[in-house]
Amino acid sequence: MIRSHVLLCGGTGCTSSGSGKIQAALEAELKAKGLEEEVKIVVTGCFGLCAVGPIMIVYPEGTFYSMVQESDVAEIVEEHLLKGRPVERLIYAEHHDAIEEKVTSLADTTFYKKQKRVALRNCGYINPEVIDEYIAMDGYQALGKVLTEMTPDDVIKCILDSGLRGRGGGGFPTGRKWMFAQAQPQGKKYVVCNADEGDPGAFMDRSILEGDPHAVLEAMAIAGYAIGADEGYIYVRAEYPIAIHRLEVAIAQAREYGLLGKDIFGTGFNFDIQLRFGAGAFVCGEETALLTSIEGNRGEPRPRPPFPAVKGLFGKPTIINNVETYANITQIILNGPEWFASMGTEKSKGTKVFALGGKITNTGLVEIPMGTTLREVVEEIGGGIPNGKKFKAAQTGGPSGGCIPESLYDTPIDYDSLIAIGSMMGSGGLIVMDEDTCMVDIARFFLDFTVDESCGKCTPCRVGTRRLLEILDKIIAGNGTLEDIDKLEELCYYIKSASLCGLGQTAPNPVLSTLKYFRHEYEAHVVDKKCPAGVCKDLLSYIVIEDKCKGCTACARVCPVGAISGAVKQPHVIDTAKCIKCGACIEKCKFNAIVKQ
Amino acid sequence: MKKKLTTVMFRGTKAQEEQLIAVIEKYRDTEGAMMPVLQEAQEIYGYLPIEVQKIIAQRMDVSLEEVYGVASFYSQFSLNPKGEVAIAVCLGTACYVKGAGDIIDRISLKLGGLAAGDTSPDGKYSLEATRCIGACGLAPVLTVNGEVYGRLVKEDVDGILDKYM
Repeated sequence: MIRSHVLLCGGTGCTSSGSGKIQAALEAELKAKGLEEEVKIVVTGCFGLCAVGPIMIVYPEGTFYSMVQESDVAEIVEEHLLKGRPVERLIYAEHHDAIEEKVTSLADTTFYKKQKRVALRNCGYINPEVIDEYIAMDGYQALGKVLTEMTPDDVIKCILDSGLRGRGGGGFPTGRKWMFAQAQPQGKKYVVCNADEGDPGAFMDRSILEGDPHAVLEAMAIAGYAIGADEGYIYVRAEYPIAIHRLEVAIAQAREYGLLGKDIFGTGFNFDIQLRFGAGAFVCGEETALLTSIEGNRGEPRPRPPFPAVKGLFGKPTIINNVETYANITQIILNGPEWFASMGTEKSKGTKVFALGGKITNTGLVEIPMGTTLREVVEEIGGGIPNGKKFKAAQTGGPSGGCIPESLYDTPIDYDSLIAIGSMMGSGGLIVMDEDTCMVDIARFFLDFTVDESCGKCTPCRVGTRRLLEILDKIIAGNGTLEDIDKLEELCYYIKSASLCGLGQTAPNPVLSTLKYFRHEYEAHVVDKKCPAGVCKDLLSYIVIEDKCKGCTACARVCPVGAISGAVKQPHVIDTAKCIKCGACIEKCKFNAIVKQ
Repeated sequence: MKKKLTTVMFRGTKAQEEQLIAVIEKYRDTEGAMMPVLQEAQEIYGYLPIEVQKIIAQRMDVSLEEVYGVASFYSQFSLNPKGEVAIAVCLGTACYVKGAGDIIDRISLKLGGLAAGDTSPDGKYSLEATRCIGACGLAPVLTVNGEVYGRLVKEDVDGILDKYM
């Protein structure tokens, strides 16, 4: 009889930090102790708290172990699983005002307390590679209900009433999209899932696919029934091997159970799903570019109208929704649109998943009701900024979004509030920056990305973004003028208004929002030729403080370009012309005698 | 995205070509087969040199220009062979704000100025700046031949590279 379940995170984050090795060690150790029949290992999707991975939870106690190493496995098996004594030193601890408090169960952590998990409900609870575990969590009940009790019109009304808006970035009402596609004449139609998560630093969709793939398959079948389609495509990034594997397993199991394929639930409804792999092009997150890519071409966008709901994949009516949008559908069907609409704000209903990253203690995945403030997310759920540093800005919406300064820390997170302050919801990347981050450098980082990813079809985006990058490079190199800042701003508006697709129309946002809230940093680069955050290398120089230098020669020996000279026991000098500003000397100096300024 | 053409000589074998032809046949009746064919071709050869693109164009009865257009558009398709030691540094936003830029500089320095996107002339090392690999919780992250190293500081670089030298 199974008396204990060991849940081990098999998401990309924990796999990268070694959960695969832990699983193998655990299996071997259980076998050696003869516990295979009593303890079951369940490899799950992402728990969310990636910062302290690999994560392991032991049920029935619900003991939450963090940062487990392969070498800890023997002790966990011997002490906890055999003798029933949890291994104290591995239990996750929170730090409140410098007092360490052990938190025995996951649900009690401040990270989880304020969260509301709808789209992530099964991530970290079930084994995504076993369809029975999904079914035990009410899986495929919504599809059964839809096929046997509801008409397509009922389904669309239900989604419309819930107020669900697209989670991929734009925030278009999902129900309306479905309604448009349904209104097209009968015939071949397609349901597409956009899993081409291109925002660097966002991993919501991947975690859902890895942790709960059936939720997406079921919702796509429901969408197929609603609009009258019998075929679906999931366009997933090839860079997500674990997600692809789990989708393949899930599709095969669903077909075997008759939940995909012909005559589902004996109702005569047919629906099947194919996978298509993206090949790393950010623009393919744009719906028309994604369709062009599935058709086997360069992923260039097409002008809209016609919208995909009228003329989409292979010229047929098509709906495209993002992974997280689909992950909400079954819950809306089962719990009713009123339940969903009771969460969130007036115009943004439900919850939103965010990938917290950057200078924040609890990096990972969180799901919060719409309307939660940025401060709550960063300070409470995210555990604040590490190393005693100060919050400077949060970036949402990736390369299409903007930076939110501390003065707007209490902004509620919903579609319209974020647009109003010059950022956007985006797909849900939330990167926190502290005082060591240079905002001009960050704007340049995103522009470098969009220049690289611009597909080249329309001139404002192809040429305009490159000119923006050139001006930013000039400023960062210390050659900018105040006119350059004005020119930068003007060009941003031209690109926004004249580009063909969402990529170009939003590409200037990182520049505009940093200009709006951090103009003084741009001015410091241009007027004072200084980088206040100490990031832009051309504006820094390394110097030796004579009084502190003992002449130990450590810096001269470590310098890769021989830029440091001086006699033993005499103060050294850095030749700024030779110095490549790698920082090796600062690390090596025991006397804090080298500074960058 | 700008792509560099390779100067490394093509060393495809007859067996690889047969595998490729089988792949093309498998997708004969699939709509929009170009992407899956290129993806599997890259698995067979490790990259997509012009010689391979020519075979695909001929067998799929499309112009070489069309094949090259798709192969050069997507960042995942490589026109350059990877080094025996393939180093990839994540330059996603989360890694970038945590200092991935310094890490790539340090590696470049250590490998004699090898720039991101290049393979060393002897084919031993390649350095790549990748988009987010999704391990943001471990930022900054790099991979060497698929092995992930996370929570890095730039001083870690030497120790990691020494293992492969």
